[in-house]
Amino acid sequence: MSETLTRIRIYFSKTASIRFTGHLDLQRTWERTFRRARLPIAYKQGFNPQARLNLALALPLGFTSQCEILDVWLEYPISFSELESRLLPALPPGLEITGFQEVGLSEPALQTQIASADYHISMDNQQPDLQSDCEVLLQSASIMRQWKGKNYDLRPLILELRALQDGPGDNQKIFVRLSAREGATGRPEEVAAALGISSDLTRVHRIKLAFLSDE
Amino acid sequence: MIYNPAEIQRALELILPQVQKPGRYTGGEFNQVVKDWGETDLKVALVFPDLYELGMSNLGLAILYDVLNQRPDVLAERAYAPWSDMESRMRSTGIPLYSLETMHPLSSFDVIGFSLPYETLYTNTINLLDLSGIPVFSSKRTPEHPLIIAGGHATYNPEPMAPFIDAFVIGEGEEIILEIIDAVKIWKDQGKSRRELLLSLSSIWGIYIPALYKPNYGQDGVFTGIDVLEEKAPRQIVKRITAKLPPPTTRFIVPYIDTVHSRVPVEIMRGCTRGCRFCQAGMITRPVRERPVEEIITAISQALDKTGFEEVGLLSLSSSDYTDILQLVQEVSKRFADRHLSISLPSLRIESFSVELMDALKDARRSGFTLAPEAATERMREIINKPVSDQQLLDTCREIFNRGWHNIKLYFMIGHPAETMEDVKAIARLCRDVLQVGKQIIGGRAQVTAGVSTFVPKPHTPFQWVACDTVDQIYAKQRYLKAALRGNGLKLNWNSPEDTMLEAWLSRGDRRLADVIHEAWRMGAKFDAWKEHFNFQIWIQAFEKAGLDPSFYTHRERPIDETFPWDHISTTVRKKFLTEDYLWSLQGKTRVDCRERCFACGILPTFADLRRENPGDVWQCPEVKTRKITVRDLEILDLESLPVIAKSSS
Repeated sequence: MSETLTRIRIYFSKTASIRFTGHLDLQRTWERTFRRARLPIAYKQGFNPQARLNLALALPLGFTSQCEILDVWLEYPISFSELESRLLPALPPGLEITGFQEVGLSEPALQTQIASADYHISMDNQQPDLQSDCEVLLQSASIMRQWKGKNYDLRPLILELRALQDGPGDNQKIFVRLSAREGATGRPEEVAAALGISSDLTRVHRIKLAFLSDE
Repeated sequence: MIYNPAEIQRALELILPQVQKPGRYTGGEFNQVVKDWGETDLKVALVFPDLYELGMSNLGLAILYDVLNQRPDVLAERAYAPWSDMESRMRSTGIPLYSLETMHPLSSFDVIGFSLPYETLYTNTINLLDLSGIPVFSSKRTPEHPLIIAGGHATYNPEPMAPFIDAFVIGEGEEIILEIIDAVKIWKDQGKSRRELLLSLSSIWGIYIPALYKPNYGQDGVFTGIDVLEEKAPRQIVKRITAKLPPPTTRFIVPYIDTVHSRVPVEIMRGCTRGCRFCQAGMITRPVRERPVEEIITAISQALDKTGFEEVGLLSLSSSDYTDILQLVQEVSKRFADRHLSISLPSLRIESFSVELMDALKDARRSGFTLAPEAATERMREIINKPVSDQQLLDTCREIFNRGWHNIKLYFMIGHPAETMEDVKAIARLCRDVLQVGKQIIGGRAQVTAGVSTFVPKPHTPFQWVACDTVDQIYAKQRYLKAALRGNGLKLNWNSPEDTMLEAWLSRGDRRLADVIHEAWRMGAKFDAWKEHFNFQIWIQAFEKAGLDPSFYTHRERPIDETFPWDHISTTVRKKFLTEDYLWSLQGKTRVDCRERCFACGILPTFADLRRENPGDVWQCPEVKTRKITVRDLEILDLESLPVIAKSSS
């Protein structure tokens, strides 16, 4: 069996009500999706056999994304077209597959390969000096914030930050690129908060995950 | 209030990020059914009046959802109780209770069906009606409001909730729900009054319309009987049964978030032949009907394909009593061997749980083992009619430890009738004995968890006459057990005595308790099954306001000839049989499993026709050979056992 083990990378988007499904629950949702599709997912042996699948980077509850990544191990190879035709009817609403890729078994774990994540933050209310606020924030030497009771500096985690030109009638939007390395992951709602924008009035959409190897 | 689904959706966008576990409130799961609202004649909301995580694990509602949605002219959607953080935001934003499928307010449905499996959901039921903007009292509703129906085991004593519910469904729901739908459709077309609807529903077998009945009480406050206010309403409401179980439901909604049980639930058998005297479920779900092995296997296969669940629950009141249980478990393990499926088999009986069955489960089961001796002395187990010897129990535990399980859970109850401190002490002793057996086999890893709850006498059981322990008695017994069940490898779980009191008041309450429930709700009672919400003092105050004494309902041993507020609800197990069984218990006399011998509980004479139409092993009761009685004779027959019910003279 191990000779035919195959590792497939799936690119997908996450929208609609499934955005309120957290990281672990999403993992189980994928496992059930594969089971419904009758795909031969590999299981880690043990008293409680675990499906072998990894998600790239946790997406906070409520955020949508067009660039999620998942690695899954199959007991034997299956063509992309068959994967797609079997998964399509088994996918829950809000998950959409955008691509497949075969990955070497020896490649390091997906979550260790991510370097940064790009987000769009859109706002319901109007922030008059958004671009200059962004610039001021970027010029700060440090931005001390608290997350789960711990103090940390948000500034080094912000790689890029700017207000986006809005079209007529559009909501205002911010583009932010945040570090997403293990142990150094920025949270977009923290950037919004540092800009004085209430998180109740924002919607966050992840648009890109960049790999360390891309840099 | 906001009534437009699109506006509700927009308002939710703002509040969902602020609440705990927003996944409870969004719907959109795989297998949910969304129909065209405008094109569908009749709309039903199915409500479990507690959190999503509990409600999604309720098999009864999953079956009704499936049955209703298979009908092209009907749509069924779901709603659950929002936790207090969500409820306060909904109330302040003006969002009414809405359905998860299409975000329609519940007030825009034709029928709202509540599942009431236990009594501690009563305040939540009222609260959800209020959150929907629907008058909580049935008498205040107009033809514009949905029909409010309720079913589930707690409704076998419907009286405490009588003023809030338009129609109770007594018994099994899968057939009657469609008859209710038909009646509502006809009524809608005719444009008649709400009372006309209730009258027409009252003629359906299994429907109880409380507004058509009036209870009477004597000088001493004891219930004396019920008046039937309408000529056409039945004097006795006979529970509804499905004579032959249909193939199991296989389409289940797959939740995104973790729920109490996320698994394929398959009811392998309905009813129980054992006759444990404390057990309401065992008395009210007769006769025993089993599903064939092949039908269960086919259903599991289909359900796994449709859901992707990793666990199957083979459910019944007493799974190891299912005739072909060994074959079934072996077959499931074999057929789904490549699917990493775990099998859960709750409710195993010590005496029917064979070594072979343990072996069959060994590879397919993850969790520990649970056995329910219920009492720790052989004397007490005879009183409650669950006669197993200590030796049998220890032998079973030895075999379980031998097969590699480390943890055995033992369920007991304190507060059984005629219980002494010796019976309580024996619980600790028995747990230590079982632990000792475990230690001999697997050493220090052996664990015994004692789950000790307090017995609550339930309507329609042989113990419906007995007094419940007082709070002080329960505390004394629990104090002993907490001290005696300390040490390595032992764990004790117990219920708070105050929680038990609430269940005890409501279980055997009468219609006057509706005032108490309403008052308690007005003072903030809700989620009474939850530690963080339950407030005993509110209930005591509510009793005071209503001028009722709580101990009247719990601590009074009821005279053997007392008329009960639930006597007009017939489970078809006759009161005469229950009385005899109660008297037998006082003498320590037991009854064998009624597959071995019929004790004439009343099921067969009442349902003789149904039995004849479903011969052989469709039922585990003896066959009915001669024609003695017709369904039309039901009323006359049941009157015999119910001398106290009088037709209103007015």
